[in-house]
Amino acid sequence: MSDDKKAQGNSGKVQWQEGDLTVTRTCSWTAPGCHDGCSVLYYTKGNKLVKVEGDPESQYNFGRLCMRCLNQPELVNDPNRVKWPMKRIGERGENKWERVTWDEAYDIIEKNVRNIWRDYGPESIVTAIGTGRNTWSIVPKLTYSAFKSPNFSMGFLAGDSCYLPRAAAMGTMIGDFFIVDASQLDERRYANPEWKRPECIIIWGNNPIISNGDGFLGHWIVDMMKMGTKLIVVDPYLTWFASRADYWLQLRPGTDATVVLAMLNVIIEEGLYDKDFVDKWTYGLDKLAERVKEYSPEKAEEISWVPAEKIREAARFFAKAKPASVQWGLAVDTQRAGVSVANGICALVAITGNLDVPGGQHLIRTAFGVDRLAHVSSDWGYGELSPEMRAKRIGTDKYPLFKYGLCATARGDSVLEAIETGRPYPVQMYWFESTNLFICTASEAKRVYKAMKKVPFVVCVDPVLTPSAVAFADLVLPAAMSIERSSLRTWWTPLRSISKILQYEDCKTDEEICLDLGKRLNPEQFPWDTVEDMIDWALKPAGVTYKELEAKVMMWPEVHYKKYEKGLLREDGEPGFNTDTGLVNLYQDIFDEWGLDPLPSHMEPPYSPISTPQLMKEYPLILTAGSRPWEFFHSEHRQSATLREFHPNPRLTINPETAEKLDIKDGDWVWIENNLGKVKQVAVLDPGIDPRVVHGEHAWWFPEKEAAEPTLFGAFESNINILTTQCTTGPTGYGAPLKNTICKVYKA
Amino acid sequence: MSRNGLLIDYEFCTGCHSCEAACKKELNLPAGKFGIKLAKNGPFKLNEVDDKWELTYVPVPTQLCNLCGDRVASGKKPNCVQHCQASVIEYGPVEELAVKLNNKARQVLFIP
Repeated sequence: MSDDKKAQGNSGKVQWQEGDLTVTRTCSWTAPGCHDGCSVLYYTKGNKLVKVEGDPESQYNFGRLCMRCLNQPELVNDPNRVKWPMKRIGERGENKWERVTWDEAYDIIEKNVRNIWRDYGPESIVTAIGTGRNTWSIVPKLTYSAFKSPNFSMGFLAGDSCYLPRAAAMGTMIGDFFIVDASQLDERRYANPEWKRPECIIIWGNNPIISNGDGFLGHWIVDMMKMGTKLIVVDPYLTWFASRADYWLQLRPGTDATVVLAMLNVIIEEGLYDKDFVDKWTYGLDKLAERVKEYSPEKAEEISWVPAEKIREAARFFAKAKPASVQWGLAVDTQRAGVSVANGICALVAITGNLDVPGGQHLIRTAFGVDRLAHVSSDWGYGELSPEMRAKRIGTDKYPLFKYGLCATARGDSVLEAIETGRPYPVQMYWFESTNLFICTASEAKRVYKAMKKVPFVVCVDPVLTPSAVAFADLVLPAAMSIERSSLRTWWTPLRSISKILQYEDCKTDEEICLDLGKRLNPEQFPWDTVEDMIDWALKPAGVTYKELEAKVMMWPEVHYKKYEKGLLREDGEPGFNTDTGLVNLYQDIFDEWGLDPLPSHMEPPYSPISTPQLMKEYPLILTAGSRPWEFFHSEHRQSATLREFHPNPRLTINPETAEKLDIKDGDWVWIENNLGKVKQVAVLDPGIDPRVVHGEHAWWFPEKEAAEPTLFGAFESNINILTTQCTTGPTGYGAPLKNTICKVYKA
Repeated sequence: MSRNGLLIDYEFCTGCHSCEAACKKELNLPAGKFGIKLAKNGPFKLNEVDDKWELTYVPVPTQLCNLCGDRVASGKKPNCVQHCQASVIEYGPVEELAVKLNNKARQVLFIP
């Protein structure tokens, strides 16, 4: 693919002129954006972004780009962005602000932080971020090193249900993160002779061509389908992938554990697993085999609605395909049994011998080990906190898995309870950076809204004025967008530089804000004079400076397969996995120690035909929510006129049979209601969804509406998370029923 | 001289809208106007026996499509061709594309 593209001229250059436009080759990584870091060409004129194109020389996205990046100029040049630091002068929610300087804003923050340190202790400060950005690295550093608090969180995200259940499962079972091997580790990509095309990929609970989750570009799967890769899709909805799959397992939302355990049942019972790998590299197959006997395909069919025979065929198809892998997604996390589902999928790829083989499930670490600033790891500065302070992290007392796993966060549900009850201690300050709290990440939106009003001091850092900023913030700090900052990207590979090209008004980058405050509050932990010094420090493992990396734009690492055989995973350099046993733990002794089930099992959603048959008479439909649309990344992008032309309003997907019974026509506004409240969306009739299930879109607000309360940009009109619950996780504390509750629907 | 056209492999078009958005940017088109526009078929079940579905997207160029003459003259691909995330749009002389059209099913050749 690259040869003819290189013929286009300006090959290898980082910056050049085309007419009156300056073109800069770099990486774009939010805001605005998504989980990915595609290679782009930014066309600018003076201090203005004119257009964005994909970089045809990039072996990451091959010049391709999605509609959100193509529409970046509308977001970057939006005159309604936050332009300078603003201090609240009216009541919270009145949208009355006074412009202040950065020094004045920092003075206010410093005074509050020092008072809280003295009167309550640093732990009373909680920070929050949204998903998919390097605020995942910067805000932890700010929290642990500048504010000296252990409480960095993913906002109020119930059950921390975004990748963390999967991360926790991989942490204790495998000791490393895994990802589908689309040869993204090697610059030659599909031409790497060591790489093999996957024969089969299971796409489990996500639509990666839209969501591009976890550092994986979904269209890589389409590339591999053209080469012959076959699909199994586990999804309640007929996604584009499902329409092209050999097997589509259309399950009832929230019953994934029964499906994966039944697949394991078939594979183990029929002896279809990789006996050599299992003997050498796993622990506890006999106990897992015993457990999955409880999950026959027939039993799974009863609970999940997926025909037993289809589960059998799909299990055999997957087990026989070599190599094969699972592209998993958020729906794995968003259920009470989330960790179990993830454990089951880890077991599935392990016992079929697909871990770390070419074209299988790659065990992946960041390129050149660069993860500070460049990756979504949340531990920067955590080790420097005292053990006493670490022990105060909210939620870890009740949920020991939060102490381990591969990510350290304060548990969102527990933070909510701490704000509401003052226990284990009161929350005095809440700092949220590029996250839209009750509009997006939080469930039970009205409860979270009420709780946040109680926090004495609240700071929001964001490029745009969100409903959360208006409703809660005492101070709003303007964050720079991707094109306005110098930074890094690995997550996972290659190593990419992000170049600052523009300056928007008085914005600062996340990196600058962290360093400025760090130097005021705890200078020993911030030994850098400038952000560039900090970036150079983060780049040390790669042996380049920021300037050198910018000149290269990106650097590709070497790929290694079967690292467990080569002693490349463990600190002691011995062969094996980076776990307590050195093996893949199919049975988890440590769960036993914590009083948790050491084997995966199903747990019903709290509201479901099995849990609450009486309530189903009033709310007869299963409500799933939060699938990603092409046009928006969570609560971003609603300001773009072009993206709203494609997608003007929130959509409820409903089967035509169900709609007919309810006298609902395509395009009708409908109410979606349950015991927690009701919201309005536009019905889209689609036979690709089961007649017993409806799907509602998440994260809707309307920047075109009045900002001040009570309208608050329409925050309560279509917000599907008014209908979902906080504090209803399973026993691990991870995984909440965000995509599997119940509702009724009727014409508005 | 042969005309140029767009060969589209709609078996793999994912309906991502990148072609539409890229075209709008290139031609600076206001709301309601498109130089290329997705058409959709389905979803519907093909038959009751197996579980195969029809769900097909095809981008169709409009009369506003000029095959990105200026871009092509400067050595670039048409904007929809370059940005198509599934890489299913190919630009070139119709005679060459016609040969490729004959090699695989579920394709269409447009001469805007």
